[in-house]
Amino acid sequence: MSELWELTAHEAQDGLRAKEFSSVELTESVLTRVDAVEDRVNAYITRTDEVAREQAREADARFAAGTATPLTGIPFAVKDLIVTKGVRTTAGSRMLGDFVPPYDSHVYEQLKRAGAVMVGKANMDEFAMGSSTEHSAYGVTRNPWDTDRVPGGSSGGSAAAVAAGECIAALGSDTGGSIRQPAALCGVVGLDPTYGRVSRFGIIAFGSSLDQVGPIGRDVEDVATILDGIGSHDPRDSTSDPAPRPDMRHYLGRDVAGKKIGVPREYFIDGMDDGVRTRIDEALRHLESLGCEVDTDLSLPMTEHALAVYYLIAPSEASSNLARYDGVKYGLSERGGSMWENMEQTREQGFGDEVKRRIMLGVYALSAGYYDQFYLKAQKVRTLITNEFREAFTRYDVLVTPTTPGVAFPVGDKLDDPYAMYLNDIYTLPSAVAGLPALSLPCGLSEGLPVGLQIIGDVGAEGTILQIGHAFEGALDEANRLAPL
Amino acid sequence: MYDRAMPISRDQVLHIGRLARLGLSDAEIDRLTVQLSDILEHFEALAAVDTDDVEPTAHPLPLQNVMRTDSVAPSLARDDALSNAPEVEDGLIRVRAVLE
Repeated sequence: MSELWELTAHEAQDGLRAKEFSSVELTESVLTRVDAVEDRVNAYITRTDEVAREQAREADARFAAGTATPLTGIPFAVKDLIVTKGVRTTAGSRMLGDFVPPYDSHVYEQLKRAGAVMVGKANMDEFAMGSSTEHSAYGVTRNPWDTDRVPGGSSGGSAAAVAAGECIAALGSDTGGSIRQPAALCGVVGLDPTYGRVSRFGIIAFGSSLDQVGPIGRDVEDVATILDGIGSHDPRDSTSDPAPRPDMRHYLGRDVAGKKIGVPREYFIDGMDDGVRTRIDEALRHLESLGCEVDTDLSLPMTEHALAVYYLIAPSEASSNLARYDGVKYGLSERGGSMWENMEQTREQGFGDEVKRRIMLGVYALSAGYYDQFYLKAQKVRTLITNEFREAFTRYDVLVTPTTPGVAFPVGDKLDDPYAMYLNDIYTLPSAVAGLPALSLPCGLSEGLPVGLQIIGDVGAEGTILQIGHAFEGALDEANRLAPL
Repeated sequence: MYDRAMPISRDQVLHIGRLARLGLSDAEIDRLTVQLSDILEHFEALAAVDTDDVEPTAHPLPLQNVMRTDSVAPSLARDDALSNAPEVEDGLIRVRAVLE
């Protein structure tokens, strides 16, 4: 007899609509699961059990009244940089340890409007800077597949919660891979939408030309359903694309025969795990068996520069965005000295090592004498990376790559070597720099740990990505595999 | 621990640490000199990329000058806006003296 917390969101919807169980029962099942495993996983910074129970009662009322949506009654983990009115929002930082937002982010408004249930605020690398969730001021999140290993990051709490059954679905955010990399390492599905697809209103800023909120779920259908639920245009974010949003679920189940798939050889580097390479090779054969035309004779030579471009542009934007934490208006405020002393004390106490490192990198790249050499150069190479993708999409419907070069690594393994940590994002950075949508979905195990397949699409091509992902998932029977916790 | 061959000197780290108001300790400055040098060394290949006549990308979307109508609507209430301020006086945020 399976438990309610093991269901996907669409399975749970079916049960709720058929009155097999109530939203309150579904939510209580998830909360019981959180009680059972949270001390081993640490997926949440703040649990919101009472908010969840109240929202579950409201959801049941909507099912009774016939006003339920596809997300009504679904228990969510919400990454802790998504501001939630009246619920502490820390961004994983000591700086915001007591910050209780006076307003809601657009995406949380959308979840509430849809009748979803919030289980808690998910752990993350501080200000979304990291690839392991070890850079959180609220403790490390553990990978539910092996609790000696990291879940990836920065949305590690969101991905681990989905994999461990501590929620049914989650919201994360992706700047350079922060949804896709933890989704891959935790064996779940994560989508980084096209830049501008989802509103950034009420998202604590890291790299403003890169940040995007997106869904993490147990299968492709759930991820498509969540994107439909949160992706509306929002005039409060001037970078919110006003173009109409097609219904993502209409793409699911359509034939993928004849789809042209490019496999760029720069994503198969010397340092990648043999086990990952084997799973990806198998995945490409599965796609061929579905009738896709897979072309491995593709080179995108700018790929190798994406890491430098990203780690100059994102820290530069971060150094500007994080200048707001001065101890004056909100957040941590050290008192007792002069204005300048207090500001330095506040930032010294409030920020962790990785955040300080990125601010330093950004200030350096933007400083007089280095701006042209680093920041402007990175912006120009960003153009070349984008152009190279654009050209490829005149010939291919999607590009397929591994999501990461390896499986989940042991806690502490890369903490003392920042550059080794940055290399985790090597396959997720190029599409992020170009603002393109990309999906990570499970494609089997290596040494008992999940491997992620990445599908990158052209601007606005989420539908095609999800269509191919859905067909692949069905062929491989990989949907909704929970971690053995 | 560091030398002239490094892309970034200890003095530069000290300088940008002050610009960023991070209150870095001596040990942090030593460590960051090594770490930032290591990171910047890996970025040197970027210099070899031909970017003559390439426009910089500040932003991936082609949106420009997004305007909205200037309509009257309720804004955040004052008490709500001040609810996270460290020190409040007469409905205002109290700040430290800028000039001593």
